[in-house]
Amino acid sequence: MNPALSDSLSALPILLPLAGALTCILLPPRHRAAAGLLTSALTLLSASALTWMLLTTGISSQNLGGWPPPLGIQLRFDGLACVFLLLTSLVGLPVGLHAAALFRSQPGDDRASSPPLFWPLWLFLWAALNGIFISHDLFNLYVLLEIMGLAAVSLAILSGRPAALLAGLRYFLAALVGSMLYLLGVALVYGAAGSLDLGLLGEALPAGAISVRVAFALIITGLLIKTAVFPLHFWLPEAHSAAPAPVSAILSALVIKASFYVFLRLWVDVFDGSVTFAAGQAVGALGAVAVVWGSYQALRQSRLKRMVAHSTVGQVGYMFLLFPLITLDPAAAAAAHGPPTWLGHAWTGGIYQALSHGFAKAAMFLAVGIFILAVGNDEKRSVTNMVGRLPMTTFAFALAGISLIGLPPSGGFVAKWMLLKATFSSQQWWWAPMIVWGSFLTAGYVFMILRLAFAPAAEAPKKNLRPVPRILEFTALALGVGAILIGLRASEVMLLLDVGAPFAEPVQPLTEPPGGADD
Amino acid sequence: MTDHGWLLPLIVASSLGPGIVIFFLRDEQVAVRTVLNLLGAVLKVALIGIVLAGFFRGDSLEFRYTIGLDLEFHLRIDALALLFTALSSVLWLVTTVYAIGYLKGSANRSRFFGFFSLCVTASTGIALAGNLVTFFIFYEFLTLATYPLVVHRGTRKALEAGRTYLWYTIGGGTVLFVGVVWMFTLVGSVEFGQIHLLGDLPADLRPQLTLLFWVMIAGLGVKAALVPLHGWLPAAMVAPAPVSALLHAVAVVKAGAFGIMRLVYDVFGIELARDLGVLPPLAVIAAVTILFGSLRALAQNDLKRRLAYSTVSQLSYIALGIALGGTLAAVGALVHLVHQGVMKITLFFCAGIIAETFKIHRISDMDGLGRRLPLTMAAFTVGALGMIGLPPIAGFISKWYLGLGGLELDQPWVLVLLLLSSLLNAVYFLPILNRVWFRAPAREWKRHRHSRRWETSGMLLWPALITALLSVLLGLFTTSGWSVLALALEIVESWFPPAPPGLAT
Repeated sequence: MNPALSDSLSALPILLPLAGALTCILLPPRHRAAAGLLTSALTLLSASALTWMLLTTGISSQNLGGWPPPLGIQLRFDGLACVFLLLTSLVGLPVGLHAAALFRSQPGDDRASSPPLFWPLWLFLWAALNGIFISHDLFNLYVLLEIMGLAAVSLAILSGRPAALLAGLRYFLAALVGSMLYLLGVALVYGAAGSLDLGLLGEALPAGAISVRVAFALIITGLLIKTAVFPLHFWLPEAHSAAPAPVSAILSALVIKASFYVFLRLWVDVFDGSVTFAAGQAVGALGAVAVVWGSYQALRQSRLKRMVAHSTVGQVGYMFLLFPLITLDPAAAAAAHGPPTWLGHAWTGGIYQALSHGFAKAAMFLAVGIFILAVGNDEKRSVTNMVGRLPMTTFAFALAGISLIGLPPSGGFVAKWMLLKATFSSQQWWWAPMIVWGSFLTAGYVFMILRLAFAPAAEAPKKNLRPVPRILEFTALALGVGAILIGLRASEVMLLLDVGAPFAEPVQPLTEPPGGADD
Repeated sequence: MTDHGWLLPLIVASSLGPGIVIFFLRDEQVAVRTVLNLLGAVLKVALIGIVLAGFFRGDSLEFRYTIGLDLEFHLRIDALALLFTALSSVLWLVTTVYAIGYLKGSANRSRFFGFFSLCVTASTGIALAGNLVTFFIFYEFLTLATYPLVVHRGTRKALEAGRTYLWYTIGGGTVLFVGVVWMFTLVGSVEFGQIHLLGDLPADLRPQLTLLFWVMIAGLGVKAALVPLHGWLPAAMVAPAPVSALLHAVAVVKAGAFGIMRLVYDVFGIELARDLGVLPPLAVIAAVTILFGSLRALAQNDLKRRLAYSTVSQLSYIALGIALGGTLAAVGALVHLVHQGVMKITLFFCAGIIAETFKIHRISDMDGLGRRLPLTMAAFTVGALGMIGLPPIAGFISKWYLGLGGLELDQPWVLVLLLLSSLLNAVYFLPILNRVWFRAPAREWKRHRHSRRWETSGMLLWPALITALLSVLLGLFTTSGWSVLALALEIVESWFPPAPPGLAT
C-alpha cells in the first residue's frame, strides 16, 4: 500500500469523530443524531480499513508533523491497538443507534429525556478513546485520558438529576486524582529518561532506579483508580448507574477499557524492567478480590442498573488477573527454556475478557435500560414475566449474562478458559478458585433476573408496559449476539493480536490455519 | 474418507436452524412451526442414516474448526457417537410428534419448541464431540437450553425446580470446566480415543490423575444423577411431559452417562483407570445409586416422581457397567444406554397421556385405568416389564450382559445387586400394573377432548406405541447385524486391548 495513504489513514479514527463532534455542536439539536450516526459509521469504516491495512502490511507508525521521536509525537498502530479500536467502533455504532432511537422516542423536549449535548460529547469521547489506542507517547496519553475523563463525566451527568450530579462529582474527583498521579509519574519518567515515546522509553528507562519505581507506582495507581479496580472502585457503581442507559453502556463497556489498555501497554512495553513478581501478584490480588467482591455486591443489589454496574467491578477484576500471569519470577524465568507457553494464553485471556465484557456489558446495560423504560422503575421485580412481554430483550440479557458468566460458547468463555489455563500452567493455582467463584456469583445474579423473567404473568404488576421502539431491542440483541460470536471466531481476533504481540505465539494451530472454515 | 465432514455440522444444524427460526414465529403459526419441527427431525434422522450406512462401509467423518490457540471445535463419528446420535435423533422425532400433540393450544409454544430444538442440538453435539472441549461446550449449552423447558410452565414450583436444576448443573459444569482445563495443562488438547496421552505420563503424576478423575466424575455425575448429586432430577419432573421424557431418556441424564463413558474409556483408557484404582469406588457409587433410587421410587405416590427415581436407579446400570471394567459389562452399559432411553421415554409418554387426558398424577388414582386407556396402558406395561428385565423386552438384554460381565470378572455381587434391584423394580412397578388392569375404576371416565377414534389424541398415543414396540423389537432382534449389540461390540473392541477378555488384569 502507498505509505502516504496509510499514514493519512491511521489518524482518521481520531479525526473523524473529532470533526463529527464539532459538526454536531454547530448543527441544531434535531439534526445531531443523523450527523452523529454518519460519523459513527465512517469511523467504523476507517477502523475496518486500518484493520485490513494491519493484516496486509503489518504495524504502521506515523510521526505527527513529520517529526520523529523523541522530538515529535508518534502514532503507532499494532494488533492490540487494532482490536480495541474495533471494539470501540463495533460497540459504539449500535449504542449510538440505540441512543438516537431512545432520545427520539422520549416525550417532551426537556434536557433529561433528550439531552442535546449527547452527540458532541460522545464523539469527543470517541476521538479521545481512539487517540489513546493509537498514541505512542506518555504525555499525549495523559492529555487524551483527561479529555476522555471530562467527556465521560459530562456524559454521566447528562440527565441533570441530583443523584447523577452527585455521582458525577465523585467520578470527576476520582478521575482528577487518577490523572494527577499519572501526570506526576510522567514527570518523573521524563526526568529519568528524557523521552516520552513509549518505544524509546522501554530501553531508555534505567531499570531499578528509585525514581522510576516511584513513577511506576504513581502511574499504575492513577490508572487503577480510572479503571475502578478494587478498592478504588468506589466511584463507579453510582456514576455508571445514574447515567442514561446508552451512556452507562459506553462508560462500562469502553471508557474503563481505555485506562486498562494504557495500564497494559505501560506494564508490558515501558516498565518491563521495573515490574516485579510481587507487583504482578499485588495487582492480581486486587483483581481477584474485585472479582469476588464486585460479583457479590451485584448479587445483593435490589436495583437493576446498580446490579449491572457492580458487575462491571467484578468483571474488571478478571482483566487484572492477566498481570500476575505474565509477570514471572525472574529466577523461574531464567530456569525455563525459552518463553513459557502460558504467556500467550494469559495475554489473550486478559484481552479477550476486556473485549467480550465490552460487548456483553453494553448489551446488558441496554437491555436493562429497555426494561426500565418499559416498566417505569428500576426495581429488580419489574423484570417479572419479561420473557413473555419483551422476549427479545430478555434474550439479549441472557446472551450477555452467558458471556459474563463464561459459559460456552461465548467471548467470556474463551477469556476464562485462557486465564484458567494460564493459572494452572504457571502453577499460580491460587487464582483458580477466584475465577470459579466469580463465575458462580455471576451466574447467581444473572439467573436471578432470568428466573424473575420466567415468572408467570399473574405475579407481574398489572400495569401495562410502555411501548419500546423495536430498534432499541435490536441494538441490545446485536450486542448480545456479538458477545457470543467473538467466542466462536477467536482465531481471527488472535490473528490480529499477534501483530506486534509481546509474546511469541505459544501454541501452533492444531490443524488448519485460522479462518479456514468460514460461516 | 473425510470429504463429507460437513455432514456433521449439518446434523447439528438440522435442529439448530429450525429452532432459531421457530423463536421468531408467533404462537398461532402452528402449521409453519409443525412443518419446521418435523422437517428438522426427519432431516436429522435421514442424515444419521446416511452417516450410519457410510460408517458400516468404513467411512469415518470428521470436522474441525479452530476457535483459537488450542481451543478446537471438533466433530467426529465413531461407533459410540453413532449409537448416541441415532438414539437421540430417533427419540427426538417421536417426541416432537408427541410434544406437538401435548402442547396443542397452550401458551408460549414457539418458545417451547425453540428451546426444545436447541436441547436436541446440544445432545447431538455432545454425541458427535471429538474432543473434550467440544464435549464441554455442548454439555454447558445443554444446561442452558434445558432450563427454559424446565421452568416452562412458570409456576412457583417450576421456578423452584429450575433453580435447583441450575444450581446443580452449573455447579457440575464449573467443576467439569476446572477438570477440562486441568487436563489441558497436563497433556494439551485431548481427542477422544487418544488414551496414550494420559497413559504415557510419568508415574509420579498418578496421584494427580486420580484426583483429576474424581473432579471430572463430580462434574459429570451431576447430569448422570449419581448419588449424592441426583437431587435435581426428581425436582425437574415438574416440566411438561415431553420434556421429562426427553430429559430422562436421552438429553440431560444420558449426557452425563455418555460423558462418564468417554472419560473412562476414551480419555483415561481402561488400563490407566484400572491402574489408578478408580473403578471399584465408582462401581460402589453406582451400586449405591441403583439401590437408593429404587428404594426412593417405592415411596413415591406421584407417578412422574416414581419414574424419576426409577431413572436415577436405572441410569446407574450404565455407570456400573462402565465401572466394572470388563468387556461384557461394558457391552451391557452401552446397550442399556439405548434400551433404557427407549423404555423410559415410553413410560413418560404414558404418564403424560394419563395426566393430560384425565388429570391423574397420583398412582393411587390409577385404578382401572387399563379399561379406559388400553393401548396406553399396554405400552406402559411393556416399558415397566422391560425395566424389571423381563425377556424379550430390551431391558432384559442389558441386565443379562451386566450380569455376565459380573461373572466374567469374578464379581458375583453384581448378580446379587441385579437381582435385588430387579426385585425392587418389580415391587414398585407391578402394583401399578395391578391397579391399572385388575382393579375396578374409582369413577366414570370422560371422553378426551381431542379425540373421537382413539382413546386419546393420536399424536400422543402413537409415539408411546412406537417406542413400546421399539423396546420389544430391540430385545427380539438383539442378535441381528444392525442391532445395538453389534455396534456395542464394535465399540468395546476399540476400548479394550486385543488380549482375550478375562486375561487382562
